[in-house]
Amino acid sequence: MSDALTNPADVASEHKAVTTFAMPLTALLGVILGYVGGQAASMPLIGVIVGAILGAAFAYVSGMVLEHNRTMGRWGAIALCGALGLIAGGFGGLVGGAIIGAILSWAAYWLTSGDYRRGVPIYSTPGQVLWHNSFLFICGFIFFFLIAPILTIIPLSFNAENFFTFTPEMLRLDPAGYSLKHYQDFFNSSDWQLAMRNSLIIAPFATIIAVTLGTIAAIGLSQSHIPGRQAIMAIMISPMIVPLIISATGMFFFYSAMGNWLEDNLGFSQEMTGYIKVILAHAALGIPFVIITVTATLVGFDRSLTRASANLGAGPVKTFFKVQMPLILPGVISGGLFAFITSFDEVVVVLFVGAAAQKTLPWQMFIGLREQISPTILAVATILVTFSVILLITLELLRRRSERLRGMTPG
Amino acid sequence: MTDATAGPRPNSDAGGKDKPSGPMLAADGTSLKSSLARSMRRQKIKALLLVAPLLIFIMITFIIPIGQMLFRSVENQIVSDTLPRTVVALDSWDAESGDPPSQAVFAAMARDMVVATELNNHTSLGSRLNYETTGLSSLFRQAGREVDDFGEDHTDAFEEIDPLWVEPATWVTMFASDNWVEAHAEWAERAEAAGFGFDELPPPFEFSEGVQEPLPRTSAMFADFARVLRVEDEETPAEEEPWNIVYLSLYEDLAADPSAPSAYDGETRALLEEALAITDTMGPFDYQAAFEEIDEDWLGYDLWSTIQTFSPSYTPGYFLASIDRQLTPDGVEVVDDDRKIYGTLFLRTMVMSLMITFSCILLGYPVAWLLANLPMRTANVLMILVLLPFWTSLLVRTSAWKVLLQQQGVINDLLVWLGLVNDASRLALINNQTGTIIAMTHILLPFMILPLYSVMKTVPPSYLRAAKSLGATNWTAFWRVYFPQSVPGIGAGSILVFILSIGYYITPEIVGGTKGVFISNRIAYHISSSLNWGLAAALGSILLALVLVLYWLYDRIVGIDNVNLGG
Repeated sequence: MSDALTNPADVASEHKAVTTFAMPLTALLGVILGYVGGQAASMPLIGVIVGAILGAAFAYVSGMVLEHNRTMGRWGAIALCGALGLIAGGFGGLVGGAIIGAILSWAAYWLTSGDYRRGVPIYSTPGQVLWHNSFLFICGFIFFFLIAPILTIIPLSFNAENFFTFTPEMLRLDPAGYSLKHYQDFFNSSDWQLAMRNSLIIAPFATIIAVTLGTIAAIGLSQSHIPGRQAIMAIMISPMIVPLIISATGMFFFYSAMGNWLEDNLGFSQEMTGYIKVILAHAALGIPFVIITVTATLVGFDRSLTRASANLGAGPVKTFFKVQMPLILPGVISGGLFAFITSFDEVVVVLFVGAAAQKTLPWQMFIGLREQISPTILAVATILVTFSVILLITLELLRRRSERLRGMTPG
Repeated sequence: MTDATAGPRPNSDAGGKDKPSGPMLAADGTSLKSSLARSMRRQKIKALLLVAPLLIFIMITFIIPIGQMLFRSVENQIVSDTLPRTVVALDSWDAESGDPPSQAVFAAMARDMVVATELNNHTSLGSRLNYETTGLSSLFRQAGREVDDFGEDHTDAFEEIDPLWVEPATWVTMFASDNWVEAHAEWAERAEAAGFGFDELPPPFEFSEGVQEPLPRTSAMFADFARVLRVEDEETPAEEEPWNIVYLSLYEDLAADPSAPSAYDGETRALLEEALAITDTMGPFDYQAAFEEIDEDWLGYDLWSTIQTFSPSYTPGYFLASIDRQLTPDGVEVVDDDRKIYGTLFLRTMVMSLMITFSCILLGYPVAWLLANLPMRTANVLMILVLLPFWTSLLVRTSAWKVLLQQQGVINDLLVWLGLVNDASRLALINNQTGTIIAMTHILLPFMILPLYSVMKTVPPSYLRAAKSLGATNWTAFWRVYFPQSVPGIGAGSILVFILSIGYYITPEIVGGTKGVFISNRIAYHISSSLNWGLAAALGSILLALVLVLYWLYDRIVGIDNVNLGG
């Protein structure tokens, strides 16, 4: 059976460890998971009993029988639980059972093989080991808390019903329980399409203004001789500091007067002034992010490069575009992304400054959430999550590129 | 100049060797010092020019609006603008006496009200005063409907003496200057030619010389009449019969000074002399009685004392209202208990923000510790779990929580399904403080984890090992060695989370119901629903002051330049 342990005394002590330590714990986990699984098939008591037996059995098997053949042990457990689930609850049960089997068998091997002591020094007391593992579990729960709400809405957005919870069909993984209906709603509703269009008009313009002005100013600010640097910096990042509701209140008064002035004196249409107002407001909100990221990139910028470029006969404009810009580009782009997401995600200011014609996606979502919540929101939310994942990846790539570039330039 | 030594010194090597006795000279022969100063100045100007566009942009699009809001929180011109005569007349009224004001005050009020009603200002004034004393809004609205009938009998009496008095032309010949008549004729011609869609304003009214002194009340009222017609209806006195109050003013002028017609030497002198007879047939108009007839509250103390208290152009009233105080003629008073809301709301905002901050520390600390102590590769993967919520739209996260926490939502369903909670007694997790705290803790948690992580990254792990090797237990090593070094991170994260949470609006609005909302929701309510903008501005200013103080602290502790965006 086991060829590593030939000494009968070792076998006996290992047997003891498995039966007194691993088996009860896995059985307990089996009880909990069995209860959950049994509840799904509306026979919790049977679930508890089966879970306890399976838990104890897995611990025994993993500790005594298949201790060196982990792959086989785990797949066996998954297959067994999956089969039980299939009998109890069809296809959904199969998946659920397999998951339970995977968890139980993982726990069984984790406990019997001594992996649970891996993160702590060899001399740790059992209390320390327990604390270490509890700590890891607590952290796991916090990560779960962080990510679960976002992950939950993704499957919910494919709900075939207008419910905000998992229907029995969905839990059975019945294809009839899922549909793209809410996505169709999103693409067919004129309200949502208008909101989408507005978001895609306002955010890019606001970003362009913020990035252009912000980059130029950051270059000015990075020069050592500028007087009143602290004060200028404070003014420039103030839109980020002031709570949005206060910015929105201030802008509400000022921008409505400005809009009237534009309409009366420059003859702009009401729609046009509406967009101008929102774009300017959003550009102001995005500027601090551009300033911060670009100034941070400029800290690592080697000034002698511009002097070298000037020495070789390039004018300031050429130096900027050929030497400085390519090097600070990652910072500029990530600042731009921040500005874009700020505008794209912003709702308080647009609610106060804009009119119904400038309704953006977050505005439409806000109305939807406050008045009558429709599952279309979940579809939009899923689209936006996908969007932010793409943004996150882009930023990460940019950060790496920036670090690489900075590594190349001395200083 | 200390800067000069730090600047570029192209010839410093040569200068160092030669050690010239005189001032160092640049290539063009000027002293090096002044040449350097000049080039520094040029660089300074260049840098400022680069910064200027953004500075101007931010000033216009952000700083000025905020400043205007601060200004609006003390601004109170509406009373003195709408009731200019009343404010002056009421100045001498002694609120303590308990008597209603004199006839003169009522007469001034009648005139102001006629103008305000024509301009449709009386309702907004009523709403403004209603913030201070309930019931005034309806009083003003009611009076607005009736005040234009004041003095109707006097108008009829004038008409009886001579029907010419109801002709607009009579009044124009009496008051208008030749210039105005000419300008008006031209304007009327242009209007005729342009036809429909002509939107040029008529020329502003001008008095002919020597009419204002003998008939002061009438001309003042007539001036208002002409002004209102011009801006409100784009018409002129040449087409409209004056208001009753103008006739009443004329009557009062004639009664006060029977020699007035003889002092006037215009075309209509005869008409005026003839009208003198009216003083025999008609008695003076009793303004006080007329107002009393509309509503006896017009004689009440509340109305007049409120107007008197709020007649200055700037008022601390909105700020006092924000802290549940009220400006009364007797000084500042605390409002009734059932109207005290802002103290509670500010307190609730603070307490809930503290709770959110605390739960963020509680949840963020272990995670930040784990991230800081794991190998780089694993930490980077786990960091995605922190950054993804950070990057996800706020509305998405809020809607996720709305879906999860509802009575029929995922969490309640799960609890019911597991048999932990009875179907009939589902937990109320949303539309209360619990909902706000859960959702906002989730939303703000990354703002705690990121600064904590960056501080913990700088604590060398060898310190803990050293402490343990010296015999410290795990707890002592953590509490006495590691924790003190992570305190700056806790400070930075806490201030950041606290500042963000006291200004939050969207999430409390959606998941907070009535009990879980913040002061910002009240500000939004005053902006968009109650339209009490002054109060919204005052509440906003208080909140702003609070946030700025906290940021000052943040700057002292971490430095504003060190804001970590996790990007």
